Amino acid sequence: MSEEFVTITVDGQELQAPKGAMLIEVTDKANIRVPRFCYHEKLAIAANCRMCLVEVEKAPKPLPACATPVMDGMVVHTRSDYARNAQKSVMEFLLINHPLDCPICDQGGECELQDVAMGYGQDVSEYVEGKRVVFDKNIGPLITTELTRCIHCTRCVRFGREIAGLRELGMTGRGENALISTFIEQSVESEMSGNVIDICPVGALTAKPSRFAARAWELVQHASIAPHDCIGSNIYVHTLRGEVIRVVPRDNEAINEVWISDRDRFSYEGLASDDRLTAPMIREDGEWVEADWDEALKRACAEIKHALDTAASDEDSEASDSSSKLAALISPSSTLEEMYLLQKLMRSLGSGSIDHRLRQSDFSDQDSAPVIPWLGQDVENLENMDAALLIGSNVRKEQPIANHRLRKAVVNNNAQISFINTREFDCNYPLAHNITAAQQQLPHELAAVAAAVFADSDDALPSYIAGAVSIAKPNETHRAIAQQLKQGKSSTVLLGSQAAMHPAYAALRALAEAIATQTNSIFGYLSEGSNSAGAWLAGAVPHRGPCNDADAVKGQSISDLSENTPAAAILFNVEPEHDIAQSRQIIRALTGASSVIAITAFRSPVLEDVASVMLPAAAFTETSGTFVNAEGVMQSFKGANNPAGEARPGWKILRVLGNLLKLDGFDYMSSDQVRDELRGMCESIELDNSITAAPQVKLPAGAGSLMRAADVPIYATDALVRRASSLQKTHDAVVLAVSMNPADAERLGLDEETGSVSVKQGESSAILKLIIDAGVPAGSAWIPMAVKGSELLGDPFGEVVIEKV
Amino acid sequence: MSIEEFISSITASANNQPGHLLQYLYEIQYQYAHISQQAIKLLAEKLSLTESHIHGVIGFYSFLHDSPRGAYDVLISDSITDHMLGSRSLLDALCKKLGVVPGVPREDGRVTVDTTSCTGLCDQGPAMLVNGWAVTRLDENRIDNIAELIESATAVDQWPNEFFRVEDNIQRRDILLSDESNDGEALRSLIDQGEDAMLEQIESSGLRGRGGAGFNTGMKWRFCKQTEADQRYVVCNADEGEPGTFKDRILLNAYADKVFEGMTVCAGVIGATKGCLYLRGEYRYLRAPLEQILQQRREAGLLGNTILGQGGFDFDIEIHMGAGAYICGEESSLIESLEGKRGIPRKRPPFPVTHGYQNRPTVVNNVETFMAAALIAVHGADWFSSVGTEQSSGTKLISISGDCEKPGIYEYPFGVSIQDILKDCAAKDTQAVQIAGAAGFTIPPAEFERCIAFEDVSTGGSFMVFKQDRDLLDMVKNFAHFFVHESCGFCTPCRVGSSLMKDLVDKVHSGHAGQYDLDEMQNIGQLMRSTSHCGLGTTAPNPVLDTLEKFPQIYEKHLKHSSYEPAFDLDAALQDARDITGRDDAGAHLGTKS
Repeated sequence: MSEEFVTITVDGQELQAPKGAMLIEVTDKANIRVPRFCYHEKLAIAANCRMCLVEVEKAPKPLPACATPVMDGMVVHTRSDYARNAQKSVMEFLLINHPLDCPICDQGGECELQDVAMGYGQDVSEYVEGKRVVFDKNIGPLITTELTRCIHCTRCVRFGREIAGLRELGMTGRGENALISTFIEQSVESEMSGNVIDICPVGALTAKPSRFAARAWELVQHASIAPHDCIGSNIYVHTLRGEVIRVVPRDNEAINEVWISDRDRFSYEGLASDDRLTAPMIREDGEWVEADWDEALKRACAEIKHALDTAASDEDSEASDSSSKLAALISPSSTLEEMYLLQKLMRSLGSGSIDHRLRQSDFSDQDSAPVIPWLGQDVENLENMDAALLIGSNVRKEQPIANHRLRKAVVNNNAQISFINTREFDCNYPLAHNITAAQQQLPHELAAVAAAVFADSDDALPSYIAGAVSIAKPNETHRAIAQQLKQGKSSTVLLGSQAAMHPAYAALRALAEAIATQTNSIFGYLSEGSNSAGAWLAGAVPHRGPCNDADAVKGQSISDLSENTPAAAILFNVEPEHDIAQSRQIIRALTGASSVIAITAFRSPVLEDVASVMLPAAAFTETSGTFVNAEGVMQSFKGANNPAGEARPGWKILRVLGNLLKLDGFDYMSSDQVRDELRGMCESIELDNSITAAPQVKLPAGAGSLMRAADVPIYATDALVRRASSLQKTHDAVVLAVSMNPADAERLGLDEETGSVSVKQGESSAILKLIIDAGVPAGSAWIPMAVKGSELLGDPFGEVVIEKV
Repeated sequence: MSIEEFISSITASANNQPGHLLQYLYEIQYQYAHISQQAIKLLAEKLSLTESHIHGVIGFYSFLHDSPRGAYDVLISDSITDHMLGSRSLLDALCKKLGVVPGVPREDGRVTVDTTSCTGLCDQGPAMLVNGWAVTRLDENRIDNIAELIESATAVDQWPNEFFRVEDNIQRRDILLSDESNDGEALRSLIDQGEDAMLEQIESSGLRGRGGAGFNTGMKWRFCKQTEADQRYVVCNADEGEPGTFKDRILLNAYADKVFEGMTVCAGVIGATKGCLYLRGEYRYLRAPLEQILQQRREAGLLGNTILGQGGFDFDIEIHMGAGAYICGEESSLIESLEGKRGIPRKRPPFPVTHGYQNRPTVVNNVETFMAAALIAVHGADWFSSVGTEQSSGTKLISISGDCEKPGIYEYPFGVSIQDILKDCAAKDTQAVQIAGAAGFTIPPAEFERCIAFEDVSTGGSFMVFKQDRDLLDMVKNFAHFFVHESCGFCTPCRVGSSLMKDLVDKVHSGHAGQYDLDEMQNIGQLMRSTSHCGLGTTAPNPVLDTLEKFPQIYEKHLKHSSYEPAFDLDAALQDARDITGRDDAGAHLGTKS
């Protein structure tokens, strides 16, 4: 498949170019700058701005470089008087209706129109007639429109259609009355919408949260890594006098290309929330008082020591194990260094009870889990798929960039993508199949696919799933999914973060892996938080040390804590009521512990209830560190600004705790040193998701009549994003409610008019708004977790009783 | 019938194809006098389109409206020839009688009076459309009657028939218009000769596109035939929007069978099974008769499956209505419009012959071209090429309007001189002829010996005559406004340039311009010509550039002889103040007017 090349001459320079390539692609590659407004390398060619006109010898007119395919022997001049005159005239035309309100425009200083105008223009306008004025539209809390500035390049419209799958942005009117518009106010609802701010070449679309906050040239740019999902999008954090003003994408073709999700872009607003913990605090006689670092750290150490010592004298045999006395929970979005140091601290103190799997509930197969449950492939590879099956995943909202890659696979390769989920989710591409089942039925559905996969094969079923698969009854849909995975030249089976929360996670994992192996598909995980992979690598799990160290001190998983209350606990960037699936049980255990040390960037009512010491940690952007993304790439970043108030980077707090507890090996001078120590241990690690042995899979029996199912909504994933005020005003900021299938509602005598219902889950209960939604399967009550009020209920997957109020 | 039922019934008739959106909107517009938000919502749901897409389409076509237009939507044709026949004073009279302002619906929702681009009735103007139906030969009397009919809420189908009479007005016939071959003869000839031989006939006849661009028809068909595809399409461009042309109106009224037969021959040659006639919205009255002819042809075995008993020869034609967009006469815009979108010209390559309707190879030809093709199929290439000039074989239908005694349709062999045409139509004292419409050429008397031919003066057929006492700047102004109205807004040079050009022409016209402004017009015109995306933008400055060169005197007499004059008239701006204070003494005027 050798590509055909042609030779062209541009500005006297001979260039080789693939036949059929557009001239502008070739000049861009050769670093010959042709001005442009409508052309964008990631979007379809429009050729409407006419800014990129160049002189092509023998052509009767100047030609647009973006829409002129190269031909052998073509001689092009991009800077001849002829070309420049054409470019200059077009630019003047664009300026005629442009308000030239640069002094009050946020785009000023980084405006493509301004740049080109400065290059060509005079600084005095010749034009004295009236200009066109366009009324602005309110398109939501994230983007400000100033449509008078619009130059009709249609990049935003094409972005909406081609990238975001968002079709509500369009061009209307004709001729000089043409304008960009949307017809449902607030209708720009996409998890990627903020990218239109970057692609708009002028100030027609600017960021609302940072409106008028700074001039572009005052900002200091810091390279960083986005902290919310396992993709690890590359970003720049822009600060002004130590304050984060905004976050923008940093190009990385292999990961996020030129895009970032709105969550990654706007979550920085949470940094300035009112409930930042800005000074160490200790509890004195039940009251919280500020303390200096010395005092607070001393108190923390004393409590840890006390827990380890006294418990030993109180209890019998079991209690001699430090692991049952001291436990630590760490957010899966903490840095690799924080995870490594916390587990080192714990294991040095003799306790292996550290866990980052805060929303997982089934740990039965943890010993057969891979070293790192990873994506199984590069992020980029997702767009090469021609078939995919995702289980327990709302990938669009959970990992928007991965969803964008999958969408490309659908658009470009006509990929057949199927989901097996506990409810229907909005998707911005057509799905091959979309199976929904009540949560207890989810493993049955997957077993049916497995049965279809193995049906006409002589290969033996892995023994641990044989029983489950043999009783499954595949239907047409299961068979079709199996067929698509088999036929796909590139196919993948992915377990999402809702699968990881599922009470039968082990079953889902074993079945999914077997399906993938048998269909020659890549098996992978879309894990929770920004650094689950790093957590496994760093040993922030109770059954393995760093880099799969089997000899490390072992301890209790998070689920054991609810039955076995430790004397002391360390919570690292954890808000128990939202970040933990079994929040009620864990909060009860923490309440029973004599001491809880919370290392946290934010205060929260539950932390204030259960903790005895609160140490203020630096939040994202305020610390250096490393995230390992789902494809196993380690990406380190530096701090962009100083921590709020007295807060300190987490790795430094842990280092000092190690020093104060007189532990060896806590003398790090930088976070790089921490990372390098771990990396040195991990050189021989190979990533492999395959399963060779696993506990026998049992499919869950039919449970109660109505089972809860849940996800973590996109803007509820972690403490930072939950405090990002603009994101919390969007449509995706889910409000607590219970959604039910119309059949269930009818059975219970509920309808649209009902309003609110009483939801009982075990001993908990709450009054929730009722939504009747055919996207929720029968037998299921869909109640999101990690949103305000959801802490009133229990497990995300328990049995519920719903009644009229 | 509720609006839900109505929308269901019209979408069902086209299998709910989203590509037929424009057709649905057209029906809804005429049923409800506008397309309500409710209708948009219903359509969006039914067709899985977004509301913004539907709004975008409505906003693009000037006959579609998302706010109520009144029970009677009166559109007076605003072509320069209508002006010359007094349309402007008739518009004022009608507005006054009905108590409305142009473009604004009357408060009781009864009526809107507005203007529209040339309606293709220039030979029997002034003309207007009422709810899409053409009314000809307006005069004071007829305007009075119309105002009364509207006030008395008389349904349009109860209006006197003579209002709606459109005459063919054929003044000169040549080989096309005098043809007496029978229906189906071209198809029999195709079947007898085979498609390859037929294609050779078309090629050797030298037939070139009659829309004005003159691309070789046989070559177009061959390119299309040679492109691998599972489906090919034949599209007849009957979006005759060039001001001053009306030949398609006559061909579709009196020779529709020949046109359809030409399309069918093309389909047989290139291997297409589906065809479309894209009929401009102004010719709404032709639709029903055309549908009837299509039905007759189906019944006669000349259309549909197994044409003339020939196994595998399947072809059918659908009529698509345009809705008031001049740009849709451009073939790629027309295809976009056929697909139910905004008529934005596509970029090329690829060309429609390889990637056209539904991205399949598509032949788009003019009405007259298809008719000529049908007759070449009957009479042979030599019969055709023996007429005309070497590079322009055959004949051309010329639509004559303006200052002459005998306006109408004239068929001439190519090569006829402008002078001869002027003599035939009894034009006297001619100052200029505008050929090929607003985007065409302004020909001064010194050039009247020039010929109508692709190698000399090429035209789609518009021929407007201006006598000596006309102010040609009125024409330039009319065309400048026309292009602002019709620019699609896609590319910068045309969107911005047309509007700047209009402002400058207005400035000259109102006596405020200086030499500087003329130079600016020259610059803007050159820029539009060389940098616009499509033919509309590149030809829009033609009337200005042509007249600046050939008729400088029409500008000079309007000029203020200073190098720079602001468009802003200080004294005129004080008019409001004078009105309020009731003053008109010398002290209330600025000394700008002598």
